[in-house]
Amino acid sequence: MQARVRGSAWTGDQPLFAEIDLQLAKGQWTCLLGPSGVGKSTLLRLLAGLETGVRFQGEISRDQPVALMAQDPGLIPWLDVTGNVTLGARLRGTLDASFVEKYPGGASDRPHQGGDRASGAEPPATPATRASMLIKAVGLADRADHLPAQLSGGQRQRAALARTLFEDRPLVLLDEPFSALDTRTRAQMQDLAARLLQDRTVLLVTHDPAEAARLGDRILLLRETGLTEWPVPSPRPPAAARPFDAPEVLALQTALMRGMMA
Amino acid sequence: MKTVLALIAIALILWQTLVWGLGMPAFLLPGPGAVAQSLWINRAEIAWNAGFTLSEVVLGFALGAGLGAGLAIAMGFSPRLTAILSPFLTFSQTIPVFALAPILTLWLGFGIAPKIAMTVLIVFFPVWAAFLDGLMRTPQAQLDLARVMGASQGRIMRHLRIPAALPSLATGLRLAAVYAPIGAVVGEWVGGARGLGALMIHANGRMKTDLVFAALLVLSLMTVLFARAVNLALARLWRRYGA
Repeated sequence: MQARVRGSAWTGDQPLFAEIDLQLAKGQWTCLLGPSGVGKSTLLRLLAGLETGVRFQGEISRDQPVALMAQDPGLIPWLDVTGNVTLGARLRGTLDASFVEKYPGGASDRPHQGGDRASGAEPPATPATRASMLIKAVGLADRADHLPAQLSGGQRQRAALARTLFEDRPLVLLDEPFSALDTRTRAQMQDLAARLLQDRTVLLVTHDPAEAARLGDRILLLRETGLTEWPVPSPRPPAAARPFDAPEVLALQTALMRGMMA
Repeated sequence: MKTVLALIAIALILWQTLVWGLGMPAFLLPGPGAVAQSLWINRAEIAWNAGFTLSEVVLGFALGAGLGAGLAIAMGFSPRLTAILSPFLTFSQTIPVFALAPILTLWLGFGIAPKIAMTVLIVFFPVWAAFLDGLMRTPQAQLDLARVMGASQGRIMRHLRIPAALPSLATGLRLAAVYAPIGAVVGEWVGGARGLGALMIHANGRMKTDLVFAALLVLSLMTVLFARAVNLALARLWRRYGA
């Protein structure tokens, strides 16, 4: 078990969610599915250690740092794709250009061992080379020096995904990252994220039953009445999303929809 | 530019017509010709005084802008400090600088110091208010990311909040650049023998209205050029940050 939130929350005097117990299993995608306003994002923010504006009573345990990716990609408008991908290093003060130039290959910025699948394990890469590998992995190699304003919505989320991977954290929190995308781009991003975030522990907050049906190793339904674990009939193929047109995926999607309407 | 020149020409013609039509004596309303003549005859005296005023404006602007920006950054770090200081800063702006000028002259003497102090008082407020406003408007998504990435408050300020607030700072500086000469001139009115403000007061006392107008013209031109210079400097800075 990688992380856990147990407790209840209120906004003012109104209960937001009653006693729940959210546990994330190591190396799995946990989908937190539910309508707007039931506290999905609040749960994710609690786990991330961010301000929520709610009163939370209970305990939050997590032993490792997280990476965050949200619906608003939060790209910095005056930094190009490379600059945005390496934002974490810049903000931690480990992106020292002169240092990297003097000692090529010596400036490693990896908060956790355990493998950067996209860049290969050895030798330790500089922030710049890691960034360019990740940008290539998300398919933005020819856009590395573009500013966010010059990118489409899907490309911006690709940049945000590369930035998330650059952080190289074992636990990744996804807060409706693909909600604002058109259907086709969303499906492509789901495939890409499933591939690149393989083996990491992922919490995906979504209001889209189709997305949960494609990506969830476990699916948790959050409703006003509480948190319910939804049975997932077939395991997800490794490093991939389930096909969107497979009958059992469509059946699961329908069942989840019914669950949300109930 | 053509339109502007045409409008100026029309205004000058109207002005001259008014002077002729009403038969005003020159000490009440000099015509544009008289003003131009005075400007030329007194060019050395006007330039000498304008130099003093300009140096007061530049120094006061730099100090006031630095003070305003520094205060905004300090308050951007600490909501507590903002809550405590904001009412006082707003209160300080309710006191007319004209009322403060004699007191500042009393305290700081007849030299350049009270003029600079007046300019600082006028300049710091718009810079502080606009910049702080910008610093408090960093998009939440970016702040969340920075928090999760483990950034310190200082680095968040330096890499996210300040760059994002630069357009707001520019707005404040542009406003301040236009108002800065008011502070210097008011200071010169009240105490001192140098500067365009002092020149105007003396010329007014001797009924040399044409010289008052000439000095005003130079002051306005100087202000426009100063504001323009500030704009250019900001545009350059912005380009460098954008690159």
